Amino acid sequence: MADQNTPNKNLRARNLALMGVLAGMVVLFYVLTIVRMGGAGSN
Amino acid sequence: MSQTALPPELYTADNGVVGEAPMMPAVGDYVALLKPRVMSLVVFTGLAGLVLAPGNLHPVLALIALLCIAVGAGASGAINMWFDRDIDAGMTRTRERPIPAGRMAPGEALGFGITLAVGSVAIMGIGVNWVAAALLALTIGFYVFVYTMWLKRSTPQNIVIGGASGAFPPMIGWAAVTGDVTWMPVIMFSIIFLWTPPHFWALALYKADEYAKVGVPMLPVVAGPRATKRQMVFYSLLLVPVTILPWSLGYSGMLYGISASVLGLVFIVGAFRVMFASKDYSDAAAKALFAYSILYLFLLFAVLMADGMLMNGGL
Repeated sequence: MADQNTPNKNLRARNLALMGVLAGMVVLFYVLTIVRMGGAGSN
Repeated sequence: MSQTALPPELYTADNGVVGEAPMMPAVGDYVALLKPRVMSLVVFTGLAGLVLAPGNLHPVLALIALLCIAVGAGASGAINMWFDRDIDAGMTRTRERPIPAGRMAPGEALGFGITLAVGSVAIMGIGVNWVAAALLALTIGFYVFVYTMWLKRSTPQNIVIGGASGAFPPMIGWAAVTGDVTWMPVIMFSIIFLWTPPHFWALALYKADEYAKVGVPMLPVVAGPRATKRQMVFYSLLLVPVTILPWSLGYSGMLYGISASVLGLVFIVGAFRVMFASKDYSDAAAKALFAYSILYLFLLFAVLMADGMLMNGGL
């Protein structure tokens, strides 16, 4: 039984990790836009 | 499209190999693909480039630059594990990696690596600047195509030339701030470039049997331990004067100069100990040098950064 649950647990963990990555990307692009619009940057 | 994990007995030829459940890698397997230990050294040296470069970069952009360097390095590691899955399976050091251990399909690792590589370069370009992005792309490309696919299996000088890919991060960090490359990042590049052969050959000396078994022509396998040890001493003797260049050229102060000299002296002594170690003690000396070489690079770049901050009044 435990063996059968492992793929499900892994899948759930992967989905959560993917959700975290996507949410992180949203935050990243939001912050990036704010910073660049504020005139910050190199050069 | 939904994907549901079924009990193993329900899988058929339509949805996978008959009688076997498809691989369901855990999150930790994806993390392992990124080679976190290598990544930490890459991030640290990249940070040195960011800290030492003249000019100011917004802290958020500096964080994004570091993140891109880390992810780019991880992407290289993932693609490397995809390509080297056959030799990884034959070595005890690497056979528990996700692909040879059977926890992840090779194509999944490749797709993961390519996605991260393209994403890290694109975000570096859009968010920071395109010079840093181009250098990051060059680093990933050099590691994957020049080192992994070409040199690693074809020449005992594989890690000498291939080591360039590990030497780029400080240059990328510097370019993230300034948008160009000057002498100081070239010196930092040279330090890591010359550090790589004695560092990696120390490992290869006591893992020579495994490399021989899978047919990777590492120097100890092809030229033997004596020639390898001579070359390790040669590169160590070249490395130390180059580490002192930032001080002698006025890019850093006395703190760094003295630290680099002392740390370098210990490195050279370690290389000579490997060279003159008796047969029974040879592996132990090589392991000691390998461990010290990692600490050495961390300390060298830590002092370089601290000294740079002191010189700029940042501490």
